[in-house]
Amino acid sequence: MKTSKSKILTNGIITSNPVFRLVLGTCPTLAVTTSAFNGLGMGLAATLVLVCSNALVSLLRKVIPDKVRIPCFVLIIATFVTLVEMLLKRFVPALYSALGIYLPLIVVNCIILARAEAFASTNRVGDSILDGLGMGLGFTLSLMTMGFIRELVGSGTIFVGSLGEAEFGLVLGSLPDYAMSVFVMPAGGFLVFGLLMALINWLTDKADKKRKEKLVAEAERIEEMKHYLDEMAENEPEVKVENLDGQEVEA
Amino acid sequence: MSKYIVSSSPHISSKSTTQKLMLDVIIALSPATIASVLLYGFYPLFLMVLSVGTAVFCEWAFNLALKKQNSTRDLSAIVTGMIFALCLPPVVPFYVAIVGAAFAIIIVKMLFGGIGRNFANPAATARIFVMLCWAGVMTKFVAPIDLSNGANLFSYFTHAVNINLPDAITTATPLAVIKGAGGNPVEGLSALDMFLGRIGGSAGEVSALAVLIGGLYLTIRRVIDVRIPVIYIGATVVFTAIFYANTGYVGEYVWSGLLSGGLLFGAFFMATDYATSPKSTVAVVIYGVLLGFITVIIRKFGSYPEGVSFAILLMNIVTPLLEKIRPRVFGQPKKDFVLIIKNKRAEREAKKALKSAEGGAND
Repeated sequence: MKTSKSKILTNGIITSNPVFRLVLGTCPTLAVTTSAFNGLGMGLAATLVLVCSNALVSLLRKVIPDKVRIPCFVLIIATFVTLVEMLLKRFVPALYSALGIYLPLIVVNCIILARAEAFASTNRVGDSILDGLGMGLGFTLSLMTMGFIRELVGSGTIFVGSLGEAEFGLVLGSLPDYAMSVFVMPAGGFLVFGLLMALINWLTDKADKKRKEKLVAEAERIEEMKHYLDEMAENEPEVKVENLDGQEVEA
Repeated sequence: MSKYIVSSSPHISSKSTTQKLMLDVIIALSPATIASVLLYGFYPLFLMVLSVGTAVFCEWAFNLALKKQNSTRDLSAIVTGMIFALCLPPVVPFYVAIVGAAFAIIIVKMLFGGIGRNFANPAATARIFVMLCWAGVMTKFVAPIDLSNGANLFSYFTHAVNINLPDAITTATPLAVIKGAGGNPVEGLSALDMFLGRIGGSAGEVSALAVLIGGLYLTIRRVIDVRIPVIYIGATVVFTAIFYANTGYVGEYVWSGLLSGGLLFGAFFMATDYATSPKSTVAVVIYGVLLGFITVIIRKFGSYPEGVSFAILLMNIVTPLLEKIRPRVFGQPKKDFVLIIKNKRAEREAKKALKSAEGGAND
């Protein structure tokens, strides 16, 4: 069965969200999400690398020998990571230093390698780019959500960051004095991660249950209808249709 | 038709219920509560009311939200709220008690399945949580109220929302002093003051006397496994003596480490939690010794002056592993390792011989 383009795109954002459903790339997820801005930066950097590497892997999928495909993927990914790193260092040095070691570590990010292996190496270029975009956006969205919660509770601010000269963000009055600093520590990262995953699992279970109930109801309705039709057929008097020649024909 | 249903053994019946056990713990905690009121006035009691109220409310609301049976009648939420309030510093902002109790009940207890299924002691974990959240307020201790100085038992209510306590009323705990400077750790402190609790420290933990009365009550009523606190405290004494051997004040370090901080309170009321402490003798010994070891290690080398709650949390997490150490099943032969190794070797040689025989046949 061929999946539609929109499904490939939304697959990464909701149904198989890389962070909360596939549980891939948890290391950067836990480490850099101390603020929403860091999460956004990390997410976008990974998305860029993911789209480019997916495209190139897909283009070269018939050239790369099967036995050495992983080193080839890593080489392609590393190229784009180096590019992104240089770009960030030049244009957003604050984010560059905030992401630290986790930026070069995108090279071994399991999401990117997994999508190269599982999707790009067997699919056409267009689909691979869409898949990379969807997965990247899903990753960015998860990181931003976690970063937003951790920043709000842990430092009492909303989306504080700086881009070049411009500084933005909202400091919520005297809330930073009362902020629960555990949430910007590693322990808080695990806490928020676990709670969000539990919440998402709960919602998914609920949705699944609803869908199942709907299907069961549908099946029951069909069964009822069948029964009704059968009854109808049994009670129906046999109708004989004759044609002009007086021969019986099927109704 | 038979009116009698035969169930499988054991057929022991007991009048002991969770509710009764928890009531015993509440009684055992009351000396420490009274001591905290006598030393610091009614503010710690106010924190305890907030903490217990939040704990009971959270458990009730959680059960209501998830359409589960109300479990607040077993009193365990009250015990958690009391223990948590007693290990807080005497004067902390009121929201610390509320957030901590809610964390203990919702995150540590109810999300993991309620009473008996918590992965760690709720009160100890909540204490660490608020410690990491508001390290500033959690490391500021006030001196006991001096009634001769015009102060009354309500004096500390003026600091209910103060994040920064004025220096005039704060005091260093003996453990913090020990951490800070070398030399004699108990300079200017009397053993009697430390035993009665006339020092800086957490509300319910300062008075060793009150904690010991509670611990003794629990031991006599057989509510707790007394081996755990005994081994834990003993191990702490031994390891303190070892790690501070070259300071020249070994004796002073040992008894000040014993009487200050949360060691006694933690050993009697937190480390003995049924769900998170092991049962078999070997496991209990390992549990207690490691508790003491981690406590002393954190006190000497860690960045915090006290390590009791961290030690308890860590060992709580190790407990499922310790539970794998089981006593020999009755009637099962003793494990003779020499015999096992001999059998293994014989088996291997037999296989080798078989293989070479087959190889010979193929030739």
